[in-house]
Amino acid sequence: MLDPQIILAGVLNGLLAGGIYVLVAVGLTLIYGVLHIINFAHGSLLMLAMYAVFFLWRLLGLDPYVSLPLVTAGAFAVGFVLYRLVIGPFSHGRDENILLITLGVSIVADNAALLFFGGDTLTIDVPYAGDIIQVGAAFLPLPKVISCGAALVICLVLGLFMTRSDTGKAIRAVARERQGARLVGIDVEHIFAVSYGIGIACLGAAACLLMPTFYVTPQSGYAFVLVAFTIVVLGGMGSFLGAAVGGFLIGITESLGGLFLGEQLGQIGISLIFILILLLKPTGLFGSRA
Amino acid sequence: MRRIALAAAFLAAMVYPLMVPNYLATVGMLMFFTAFIGQSWNISGGFAGQTSFGHAVFFGVGAYTSTILQVSYGWNPWLACPTAMAMGGLVGAGIAILSFRAGLRGSYFALITLAFAEVFRIAANSAPITHGGLGLLIKADQRPINFQFRDQIWVYYLALGLCLVSLAIAWWLTRSRFGARLVAIRENEDAARALGIDVFTEKVKVLTLSGAMCAAGGTFYAQKYLYIDPNIAFGIDKSVEMLLVTMVGGAGTIFGPLIGSIALTTINELTRAAASVFPVLKNVQPLSLIVYGAMLILIVARLPDGFASLFGRRRHA
Repeated sequence: MLDPQIILAGVLNGLLAGGIYVLVAVGLTLIYGVLHIINFAHGSLLMLAMYAVFFLWRLLGLDPYVSLPLVTAGAFAVGFVLYRLVIGPFSHGRDENILLITLGVSIVADNAALLFFGGDTLTIDVPYAGDIIQVGAAFLPLPKVISCGAALVICLVLGLFMTRSDTGKAIRAVARERQGARLVGIDVEHIFAVSYGIGIACLGAAACLLMPTFYVTPQSGYAFVLVAFTIVVLGGMGSFLGAAVGGFLIGITESLGGLFLGEQLGQIGISLIFILILLLKPTGLFGSRA
Repeated sequence: MRRIALAAAFLAAMVYPLMVPNYLATVGMLMFFTAFIGQSWNISGGFAGQTSFGHAVFFGVGAYTSTILQVSYGWNPWLACPTAMAMGGLVGAGIAILSFRAGLRGSYFALITLAFAEVFRIAANSAPITHGGLGLLIKADQRPINFQFRDQIWVYYLALGLCLVSLAIAWWLTRSRFGARLVAIRENEDAARALGIDVFTEKVKVLTLSGAMCAAGGTFYAQKYLYIDPNIAFGIDKSVEMLLVTMVGGAGTIFGPLIGSIALTTINELTRAAASVFPVLKNVQPLSLIVYGAMLILIVARLPDGFASLFGRRRHA
């Protein structure tokens, strides 16, 4: 049997990874909550943002944490434009259609990355990568602690933005009642584009927080998209609280799965949770409807 | 007129491998093979409207069932193939019963099929019987009795035959009451139920049929390459390939998957040719996939009935 100390360390590491997952999932759940579309390109756009972080470091020497505002703003712009040019005009009709369109976006993004950046696994060497802090008996990598903390701060800022700012209130109004929002003079199409942009901006921030301890390949998007969907379905589609709780739960699941079942088989837990939630409780933990 | 065109196309397909170099014969073989597995997707995804992102699960189950029976239990592959199809149908029925009993529709059904394929991929990566990530090798013994052919032209005709059978099944769907019920379910599930159609049973049936067909494709693939591993068998690439050719060619039409397969094969060969002229494009595979992805977006947005709708009369029942 495994030492409880090792399990504790596994749980803590899972929580730290979960913090960043929360940020990724909040972006996905925001897009679903407001636009009612399932953004299959979510993982691929995260992958592109991770490449952006990598090249800012490689070419300009920017530390991932320093490039965070830049990449987040850039990701917002990419999301906004992508919505205006591709997602928005085509996102009517059957819900499978928009799923297929975002699948098309992800195919283009993944293969563009493979074409231009090659298939190698790329990592960033930061001087603080090996720094460790001790919590009780567990040793935690410093960059993971910073990233998790930063991810939660960003989520809180986003929450404040959604509740306090006029734009945030307009987004919530559109999510609640499209027609009504239009009647009181909200430009719904603009709010859709802004919401999609914010969803992708979350990915930009997450990419900066991931890169100090993670790697990127053209396949990274596919790896993350399943994790992100599982979190959002587990928490309940469109629910922010659900995304937060789901993110930590999945982080722990992944960490403990790897511990007990090995790196290969450990990944099966996430897909199984996804299937079981959809089959047994499609509204998730905090969702109001499927 | 239509009959003459079809007869001419069939004759052209028959003599094609005799007239071209081996390489192009293989391209043609893969084209018909992709049209076949695309048709298996089309039957459930096109005619019945149950979009799947994880059809590779049936392909992989077929490939692994026949390969394991052969390698570990000494079965003859011609006997293993129907068993593989039965397994594919069983997995199709199982996934359908679970998903449709839970009331999953549209995007949710698409995503759960993806998750099922992922579960099978990870399991195949770890289970001893599949040799994990190393994959399984089938011993080369090129005799027709072993479902292996010295002269690759027979593999071509086999793929052509599979493609023709799949076209016949699709044609039957446009004529039969079963096919009409599927179209009714696709167009409006609640209305179909109100008309007295047992929606759940029909959807389970169509996924069983689709799964069995796709599994036959898996066996064919394993016999052609004599090798199978978890990523080839259950990876998302195969699922996307089946979906792509069907969506591009025309979902829910008889010739959609074949037209899509011809279109994608042509793009693939054109990018290959372009790459030999412009060495900058050294990486052919991603380039043609970028074109496929862009085509998928444009087709779904602008031509939802696919290229097939460009050819005169709509077959879209």
